[in-house]
Amino acid sequence: MSTERGRIQISGFDTDGIEDQDSLDAWSESEADELESRWRKIVSSIVRDRLALGGFAVVAVMSLAALLSQPISVGGFTIQPFSIVPYDPTQTGVGARYAAPSLSHPMGTDRLGRDLFSRVVTGGRYSISIGLIVTALAATFGVIYGSISGYFGGRVDEVLMRILDVVFAFPGLVLALILVALFGGGFWPLVGAFALVGWATYARIIRGEILKVKQNEYVMAAKALGARDRSVIFRHVIPNAIAPVIVQATLSIGTVVIGVAALGFLGLGFDPGTPEWGTILDAESDTLATGAGGTWDWWATVFPGLMIFLFVMSMNIIGDAVNDALDAQVDDIGGGG
Amino acid sequence: MSLQKFILKRILASVPVLFGVSVVTFALMHITPGDIVDQLVAANPNVPSHEAARLRREFGLDQPVWVQYLDWMQGVLTGDFGEVYSSSRDVSAVVLARLPETIALGLFGWVFAILIAIPGGIYAAVNKDQLGDTVSRFVALSGISIPNFWLGLMLMAVFAVQLDWFPTLDPQTSLLSPSMLWWLILPGVTIGTAAAANMMRIMRTSMAEELNKEYVTAARAKGLPERTVILKHVLRNSLISVTTVAAFLTASIVAGSVVVETVFGWPGLGRELIDAVHLREINLILAITLFTGFFIVLANLLADIVYALLDPRIRDEY
Amino acid sequence: MALLEVNDLTVSFYTQEGVVTAVDNLSYTIERGEKFGVVGESGAGKSVTALSLLRLIESPGEIESGEILLDGDNLLEMTTEEIRQIRGNRIGMIFQDAQTALNPVYTVGEQISEAIRHHLEYDSEDARERSIELLDQVGIPDAENRYSDYPHEFSGGMQQRAVIAMALSCDPDVLIADEPTTALDVTTEAKILSLLEELTDEFDTAIQLITHDLGVVAELCDRVMVMYAGQAVEKAPVEELYYDPKHPYTVGLMSSIPRVGDDSDRLRTIPGAMPDLIDTPPGCSFHPRCPYAEEACTRTEPGMITTGDGANGSQQSARCLEYTNDLQHGLGFDVTIDDDLSERVRGEQHE
Repeated sequence: MSTERGRIQISGFDTDGIEDQDSLDAWSESEADELESRWRKIVSSIVRDRLALGGFAVVAVMSLAALLSQPISVGGFTIQPFSIVPYDPTQTGVGARYAAPSLSHPMGTDRLGRDLFSRVVTGGRYSISIGLIVTALAATFGVIYGSISGYFGGRVDEVLMRILDVVFAFPGLVLALILVALFGGGFWPLVGAFALVGWATYARIIRGEILKVKQNEYVMAAKALGARDRSVIFRHVIPNAIAPVIVQATLSIGTVVIGVAALGFLGLGFDPGTPEWGTILDAESDTLATGAGGTWDWWATVFPGLMIFLFVMSMNIIGDAVNDALDAQVDDIGGGG
Repeated sequence: MSLQKFILKRILASVPVLFGVSVVTFALMHITPGDIVDQLVAANPNVPSHEAARLRREFGLDQPVWVQYLDWMQGVLTGDFGEVYSSSRDVSAVVLARLPETIALGLFGWVFAILIAIPGGIYAAVNKDQLGDTVSRFVALSGISIPNFWLGLMLMAVFAVQLDWFPTLDPQTSLLSPSMLWWLILPGVTIGTAAAANMMRIMRTSMAEELNKEYVTAARAKGLPERTVILKHVLRNSLISVTTVAAFLTASIVAGSVVVETVFGWPGLGRELIDAVHLREINLILAITLFTGFFIVLANLLADIVYALLDPRIRDEY
Repeated sequence: MALLEVNDLTVSFYTQEGVVTAVDNLSYTIERGEKFGVVGESGAGKSVTALSLLRLIESPGEIESGEILLDGDNLLEMTTEEIRQIRGNRIGMIFQDAQTALNPVYTVGEQISEAIRHHLEYDSEDARERSIELLDQVGIPDAENRYSDYPHEFSGGMQQRAVIAMALSCDPDVLIADEPTTALDVTTEAKILSLLEELTDEFDTAIQLITHDLGVVAELCDRVMVMYAGQAVEKAPVEELYYDPKHPYTVGLMSSIPRVGDDSDRLRTIPGAMPDLIDTPPGCSFHPRCPYAEEACTRTEPGMITTGDGANGSQQSARCLEYTNDLQHGLGFDVTIDDDLSERVRGEQHE
């Protein structure tokens, strides 16, 4: 147009009197504030999710019950004196053999007349504690491994990732099973086996996140300002990349619990008679084969499995809620032109 | 770059992984406290020490580790995995006899998983945040959370023992006969449940993500029926994310086979592995472990190829 | 009768934060073969308007009221099946970012011919032929071979050409172009715009061009609507809009275009941002950013007032209290046409 009728010149559109409302707060929010408000948002969105709260309650009650079920002593010194279950879980003959659930035995008794309720409540100890310890160990190692790989990139990354590929070539449960088979069962060998199997996922996740975060300006800025690699990784990269690791950790507690119980069920990991969920199921699985029309002592197999399911399901619901809360950060409304 | 070149590159990239798998498997055997001879001696304390030394020589255990590895690899590459101590049968013969059973079970589990997961995922994504989505989300979470051995026990108790709809324990017909399906259903469903639930969630997420993309609006703006938009445009893109986890799901099915075969008395490699573990049949354990690793690497490779077939951009990246 | 007539269109999005009224009582018409520009900042409701024309507003959005008449038929009362016959067939759409508008896993050719097969009931061979013809028309060299290329094998400009071919494939009456050149570099932008002009002239297709760039409007359009916060604030033939803008927002948009040879020492922008559409300010929605705002502006919502007849007999109208004589001090801007300066600039360029 301007070439046809000359240049348009506008005068008198004087905007100096108008406050520039928005430009102020766009700059004030620093990186730290942003992170903090992000976490606060996540927590509040989880609290709002009633299903997740229910899951959290189940996990808390089951863990606490397992902890308080029987006294715990370390080196002859009792550190947990409570004993909330009605019977000693390993004591035989506290009721009739295969007694159906009743008031005195809410979940019935097993083939040796042991109280199933006491066994099942105490049984949480093994799986839950192994799940927690394994997750902590695996996540720590995996995060460090993946951070190194993702941050340095190049040759280092290439080699470290090839090693990961090898670990991923074995299904976790099979590798854990073989480790336990070769090195023997028990609490700490199980922890070791599952930790050795579990770290790889964290490494892969954190590496991917770091590759994304690395492109961000503040990391480049920190590097340009001469920050050392280690401090850049720990102060800038990991806090921003850790969210999916937390989701994975929540979900993997459930996976480890199932894995431990599976090994127990396969007759590996714990001595027969140990009140561990999978081991109980293994011992009682022959109650199924009573034949058509025969009476099925269902409580012996239903309750231990149900406890695993309940715990893992609750854990997964929590993990899902955490995941949603993290996703909510990127969800945008589709309005506007 | 052409598809063939891409495939060739992926195959070559698998070689170091396969090498790593064999090293890990071999190392497992060698970091075990005590070797085979120690175990034999422990089982029979009357063996004189010069006899033990002779056995070590015979098994090549006096050689440096890398020579032992090469010897072992040479055997592996020619199909010689040693023999089963207790029955003196060739390990490879045992593995080959059990393999088809496991493949049949795994394949059934896979097909079951896909048949549930793809339509379920599509349904959930299309009805995102509505009742159907919430219900299917709960079902999927349950599928992931339920321990497969317990699910197997319960299915067997209810449908095989109490209702007597399905046969239990060792299948008595040949693998290829149609009546085999009856034996396959319960263990197949058990083995496929977790994979189905996982895949359904991934399908839902990726489909919901794809549905928000502009090409979907563009396809609708062309006036295409919603069916075509979903099943032609969106589905193919969402399947791409599913293939990236396909190998992972295969691994979960392989792991599941160990447990499920034990529950249902299925005569496959998984049950063989458990038996071998209880009898400490090292040769058999190693062969099955190695085989599992190879199989997963192969599954990864296949998933990559399917990925490249679905997504034209990938072929050009390499 | 106008080809396309939008009356009192209101579109809302039901979000967690509240109801966002993205398009608020919007009315406009487009004549057959006319080139109609829609201008405004992002968030003004331009894209939502465009998607409403095809009834492609998705949950949580909803078309609340109004009518959209295409040749007198109300699109909002049609069945899903009927509206599908309109989409891509009588109304074609060009998207802002061709790269995301093309499905990455199908060939460009397939994506053009599927609409042809669907609407014109061509068999695959004929559809393929027509698609190649279209690709050739939009200036894709070697169209025959390029037909089976995937989108990622096309450059940005070529992708946009392909999307134009897609939109034109069934010879629509109206073409909606939503910021068709925003994602492109300046040279490609110019080429795409002249291609659009050429093709719409050739097929006598009306076009609704959505943009935030007044320069693009100047190049292509006959008539313009300026949108702010979901409403039309000014409608005018393109010449009038430039040489005799009526609404302060239009003036603000124009004064924020950077120019070669501008004497002022800083770029003038309109301070502040588009108001939150959940909670629009009372009175005139532009008053917090308007240099001429008076007390009345915070209380009274101005209506759309006809301010005069344009050159081609089409009216110019604006939504400002000035034109109902409710402003005490009036609007203090001036538009001058500086011939010397334009001569000078041209002279410089020739040297």
